[in-house]
Amino acid sequence: MVETLVLIEHDRHCVKRPSLHGITLARQLGGEYALLVLGQGLDEIAASLVSYGASAVVVADDPALTEPLADRYATVIAEAARKRDSRTVLGTSSTFSKDVLPRAAALLDVPMVTDVLAIEEKNGSTSYRRPVNAGSMLATVKLETDRRVLTARATAFEAPAADAAACPIERFEFDVASLPNGMEFISRDQRISGRPDLTEAAVVVCGGRPLKDKETFERLVGGLADGLGGAVGATRAAVDAGMAPNDYQVGQTGKVIAPQLYIGIGISGAIQHLAGIKDSRVIVAINKDPDAPIFQVATIGDLHQIVPQFIDALRRG
Amino acid sequence: MKIVVPFKSVADPNDATVAGAAASAPKSLINPFDEIAIEEALRIRERGDAAEIVGVTIGAPAVDEQIRAALAMGVDRAIRIDDSRALDPYAVARILRALIEKETPHVVIMGKQAVDDDSNQVGQMLAALLHWPQATFVSKIEFLENKRRARCTRETDGGLEVVAIELPAIITTDLRLNEPRYVSLPGLMRARRKPIEILTCDELRVAVRPLTTVLSIASPPKRAAGTRVDSVEELIAKLKQEAKVL
Ligand SMILES: Cc1cc2nc3c(=O)[nH]c(=O)nc-3n(C[C@@H](O)[C@H](O)[C@H](O)COP(=O)(O)OP(=O)(O)OC[C@H]3O[C@@H](n4cnc5c(N)ncnc54)[C@H](O)[C@@H]3O)c2cc1C
Ligand SMILES: Cc1cc2nc3c(=O)[nH]c(=O)nc-3n(C[C@H](O)[C@H](O)[C@H](O)COP(=O)(O)OP(=O)(O)OC[C@H]3O[C@@H](n4cnc5c(N)ncnc54)[C@H](O)[C@@H]3O)c2cc1C
Repeated sequence: MVETLVLIEHDRHCVKRPSLHGITLARQLGGEYALLVLGQGLDEIAASLVSYGASAVVVADDPALTEPLADRYATVIAEAARKRDSRTVLGTSSTFSKDVLPRAAALLDVPMVTDVLAIEEKNGSTSYRRPVNAGSMLATVKLETDRRVLTARATAFEAPAADAAACPIERFEFDVASLPNGMEFISRDQRISGRPDLTEAAVVVCGGRPLKDKETFERLVGGLADGLGGAVGATRAAVDAGMAPNDYQVGQTGKVIAPQLYIGIGISGAIQHLAGIKDSRVIVAINKDPDAPIFQVATIGDLHQIVPQFIDALRRG
Repeated sequence: MKIVVPFKSVADPNDATVAGAAASAPKSLINPFDEIAIEEALRIRERGDAAEIVGVTIGAPAVDEQIRAALAMGVDRAIRIDDSRALDPYAVARILRALIEKETPHVVIMGKQAVDDDSNQVGQMLAALLHWPQATFVSKIEFLENKRRARCTRETDGGLEVVAIELPAIITTDLRLNEPRYVSLPGLMRARRKPIEILTCDELRVAVRPLTTVLSIASPPKRAAGTRVDSVEELIAKLKQEAKVL
């Protein structure tokens, strides 16, 4: 069958919205597609997925899958793909999909393409465009096999419409006793943030090295983000210095974002950071160095003066 | 405990020729994430938890310079699997599997991604092929229960996560695991006397064919140059009226 199996990510309560963008790639590939969710207690999540035009929502729901342990998840994903005879397994790029999908690909004995930006069909063969070298170059690659595993860059594919007639929800049965047992989940730091998710926000304010400490970072970067209703991100330098947690890191090896408006405060614009913000619609930089490589609309000056003025101006409306 | 560290030689991302579609060959270095993996192995050995660190890389003779650098950092011995083809991550994982089966380490520590091809696949694929547990994107490693298990802190999109994995296992490194040391002059001198073993895929009895072909590599479209504004008022006005994002 020419089916695509789309792995959908969730946080136990809701579907992670960027993970839906993979559906758009599945539509471009053509043929039918089914959505696959793994976890425990998935009734509501599965119900929220029935209108995306899939042939089915396939649910692997079991206490053994409560936590996303890569060895078990990859085993179940590979088994589902095999039983359904899916030609393609795809997900949207995230630390979750990057953890489990390469493992599933090897179990399926197929190659994988990471971070697909676009596909092109020519003479019956598909080629994939993907960023390499921190996005400073774009490679076009082709696979020798029909079967494949892909991850899509969420920023390169639109969110799909949910306007189709409801599809069935199917339970995927698998042999729990034969699942691997070598990994144990211990804990996860639960941080509740009142701000929008970094990868979904229309406005993102990022801070860099000169913010110096956690308090200044929160007051200036957090303050401006709140004034704009935006999310907060950081450079590696800011995360390394303990100003912001690891999941704020934006760039080649952190999150990739494409908001309507990105504001970089005290950020030089190293290629590894630019890799994560390139596709933002408007890039604003606040930097005292007029030659810093990062800017489209730039204000030159000291962030300690400019940012408070900016926050004030927004308050006045 | 024996640790194997696979490492890749990559073009220096700060070398302008890389971004600018090179005319001359850019300078190479050890993939930064693999350098972090080597550093972690050295620290584990230094605190008495490991007896031997074996570095392994797949590549042509040109990567010998990076092998010397790994040996100079303190890796005990190195293996180069001689293969000058353009390998895809799955091919790399299959070749590494054969080597790991031969070396039988207790743990494999390697980079989460190579900064040139940015695939982020090899470690996870290798773990699948060996049926070993994996901990990816790791920023802290502690050994438990007389090194039967490792407790690893992972950097995920949702924040930090902790897992305990049975050994042998694959661990892939993230940026904040450690800060690699610089190569010292005595280290470089010692490196000259350390062995580099050369193996072929035939000798390892693996026949792999890459399943990925790179058709072309091009520069992405450039953004239009920016403008500068002199005041916060002007910035806000521009964002409202021209960019219409406020
Ligand atoms: C110009 C150019 C042309 C290319 N052409 C082709 C082509 O035609 N066909 C093709 O299949 N590929 C091609 N490649 C890509 C190929 O050479 C990749 O390096 C390979 O696919 C591994 O992917 P990765 O480094 O992104 O793996 P990742 O999964 O990002 O690597 C993760 C880790 O795996 C380990 N690792 C990776 N490679 C090695 C290695 N060689 N030795 C030891 N450990 C390693 C390292 O520990 C690394 O940190 C090309 C690359 C370039 C730049
Ligand atoms: C393997 C690897 C992976 C990496 N991955 C990432 C990644 O994913 N994301 C990432 O961000 N980085 C990444 N990096 C790091 C990257 O190379 C840069 O080091 C980093 O992005 C720099 O952060 P910065 O801009 O905050 O700091 P700097 O480069 O130090 O820039 C600070 C800027 O602030 C300006 N400034 C200073 N004081 C003031 C002031 N008072 N007012 C206004 N402006 C001021 C300066 O002019 C300068 O331009 C990676 C590096 C490596 C090696």
